[in-house]
Amino acid sequence: MSQPAGLDVRWPLGLLFAMIGALLLGHGLTQGDAAATAEQATHINAWWGGVLLVFGLVVLWLARRGQRKPS
Amino acid sequence: MKLTAIDWAILVLYFVFVLGIGYALKRYMRSSEDYFLSGRSIPAWVAGLAFLSANLGAQEVIGMAASGAKYGLATSHFYWVGAIPAMVFLGIFMMPFYYGSRARSVPEYLKLRFDEKTRGFNAISFAAMTIFSSGISMYAMGLLLNLLLGWDFTFSVWVSAGVVLLYILLGGLTSAIYNEVLQFFLIVFGFAPLVFLGLQDVGGWEGLTATLSEVATSRGYEAGAWTQTWSMTGEASSNPMGVEWFGIAMGLGFVLAFGYWCTDFLVVQRAMAADSMSAARRAPIIAAVPKMVFPFLVILPGMIAIALTQHADVTGFALPQKADGSLNYDLSIPMLLIEYFPSGMLGLGLTALMASFMSGMAGNVTAFNTVWTYDIYQSYIRPGASDAHYLMMGRAATVVGVSLSVAAAYVANRFNNIMDMLQLLFAFVNAPLFATFLLGMFWKRATGHGAFFGLLGGTLAAALHHGLSLPKGAVAGVKGGWLSAVQAYPSEMAQNFWTAIYAFTVCFVLTIVISLLTRPREDRELVGLVYSLTEKPQEAGVRWYGRPAPLGAVVLGFTLVLTVIFW
Repeated sequence: MSQPAGLDVRWPLGLLFAMIGALLLGHGLTQGDAAATAEQATHINAWWGGVLLVFGLVVLWLARRGQRKPS
Repeated sequence: MKLTAIDWAILVLYFVFVLGIGYALKRYMRSSEDYFLSGRSIPAWVAGLAFLSANLGAQEVIGMAASGAKYGLATSHFYWVGAIPAMVFLGIFMMPFYYGSRARSVPEYLKLRFDEKTRGFNAISFAAMTIFSSGISMYAMGLLLNLLLGWDFTFSVWVSAGVVLLYILLGGLTSAIYNEVLQFFLIVFGFAPLVFLGLQDVGGWEGLTATLSEVATSRGYEAGAWTQTWSMTGEASSNPMGVEWFGIAMGLGFVLAFGYWCTDFLVVQRAMAADSMSAARRAPIIAAVPKMVFPFLVILPGMIAIALTQHADVTGFALPQKADGSLNYDLSIPMLLIEYFPSGMLGLGLTALMASFMSGMAGNVTAFNTVWTYDIYQSYIRPGASDAHYLMMGRAATVVGVSLSVAAAYVANRFNNIMDMLQLLFAFVNAPLFATFLLGMFWKRATGHGAFFGLLGGTLAAALHHGLSLPKGAVAGVKGGWLSAVQAYPSEMAQNFWTAIYAFTVCFVLTIVISLLTRPREDRELVGLVYSLTEKPQEAGVRWYGRPAPLGAVVLGFTLVLTVIFW
C-alpha cells in the first residue's frame, strides 16, 4: 500500500444509508393512514427504511472495527 | 409525478454526501498519481464495486430495462455470456500485465508493449468516446427528468454536470470511486423493492411467464421467447433480438464483451487503482458476483413493464408511446417507480436513478482526464513538466471534459434505444481492440506496426461493414447502408454483433500478417508485458478466496447454473 486514501468509504456509506433509512422509517411510521394511497404504501416506507437503517448501522460498525485494528 | 418533502430530503442528502466526499478527500490529492490512480490504495472490494458501478450509467439501468421489455430475458446474454466471462478473464489473465507493467492507463500499456502510434490512436479515440458516452448519459437524464418531473432540460444537465465536476475536481479518481460505491448500494436498495412489488403484482414468476408468452405469441414468436435465453436462438428470426446463437456467442460474448470489459480504461482504471496486484486481479471477479444477479434488478423491470402493458385494461399501466406510435421502452423503470413507490420510496428510487446517471458521467470524466493528461498532453504536447503541473492539467482536463460532455448532451439525439447506439460505438472502436490486446499479451511476436495497422484495418472494416449493411426496416444513413445496402440483418443488434465479428477478425489477421513481416522486439524489452516472458504471480499460502483463479471458477460455475435454469 503506497499511500492510504485517508478516508474509509464505509463511513460515508454507512452514514448515508442510516440517515436515509431513519428518514424513511420515520416517514412510514408517522404518515399513518393519511398517505396510504396504495395498500402497501406506508408499510414499504417503514419496512424498507428499517432495512436501510440496519444496513447503514452494520456498515458503520464495520468501519469502526476497521479503524481500531488498521490492516 | 410530484415530489414531496421527504423525497427532496433524500435527494438533497445524497447530494450533500457526494460533495462532502469530494471535499473530505481534497487534502489527500497531493500528486498526480493520487488524483488519477487513487495513489494505488483502494481495497479489492471497493475497487470491485466501483468497477461494476462505473458501467452502471444510463445505458445500463435505462437501456437494459428497455431491452428487457423489447427482447425479454435474452437480454441477460449481455451478462451471462458477455460481461461475466470477460471480467473473469480480465482478472485472471490480463490484470497482471496492466497492473504489473506499472502503466498508468490502458493506452500507456499499448505504448509499453507496442509503440507510440498505437497508443496515440487508442488514446485519442478513447478520449473522444468518453466525452460522447458521458454526453449521452447526461442527455438521457435531462430528457427523463423533464418528462417525469417537468424539470428544465438545461437545468438538469447543468446541475448534474456541476456536481460531478465539483466532486472530481476536489477528490479525483478516489472521489469518483467512493461515489460509485454509494451508487451501487443505492441502485440495489432502490430497485430491489421495485422488482419485488412488480413481480407480486403480475402474479410472481409464473404470472409473468404466462403474460409474456401472450406478448411473444402476439408478436409472432413462440411462447417462451421473452422468458428463455438460448432455446429460441437456433435461427435469428425466431427470437426478438434477431440474432442466432453464433452471433450472440461470438459477436457479443467474445468480441464485444471482451473488447469492452477487458480493454476499456473506464472500467479497468478502477482495478488499476487497487492497493496490490492481488486486489487488482480480484476486483473484476468480485464485481462479477453482483453482476451475475443484476439481470433480475435491471432487466426484470422491463419485462414486468411490458407484461403490465399487455393487460393495460386490467392493470391500468401502459408504457407511453413515442411520436411514431412505438412503445417507449426507455421509460420502463421510471414508470414503474411512479406506479409502485409512495413518496419516500420514490425519493429513494429517484436518487438511485440520479446516482446512476451521475456516476456514468463521472466514470467517463475520470478516464478522460487521465488519458488526456498522461497519454496526450504529457506525451505529445508538454513532456517533462513537473508532477504539480500535470496535476493542475488533470483538473483543467476535468473542467474541459465536463464542458464537452454538456455540449455532447445537446447533440446526442438520434437513436431510439441508447443501448444500440453505444453498442455501435463499441463495435467501431473497441471490437478490433481486443484482438490487439489478445495478441499483445499472449503472442510475443506481435509488433507495433502489426498492432497499429491491424487496429486501423479493424476499425475501417467495422465502418465498411456498417456502411454496407442495413437492419430490417431501417432507412440507409446513420443506421447503416450508407455506401450501399448489400447485406440485410433482421435487427440492429444482429448488425452490430456482426460488425464486431468482422472488425475483430480483420484486426486479428492483419496484426499477425504484418507482425510476421516486421522486425520483432527483443525478449528482454517485453518482460512484464507478455505472458510467456512474465513470472506468474506467487500465490502459495493464500486461501482460495484470496486467489483469482478459484474465485473466477466459482463465479463461472454459478453463471452456468443460471444459464441452464433460464435456458
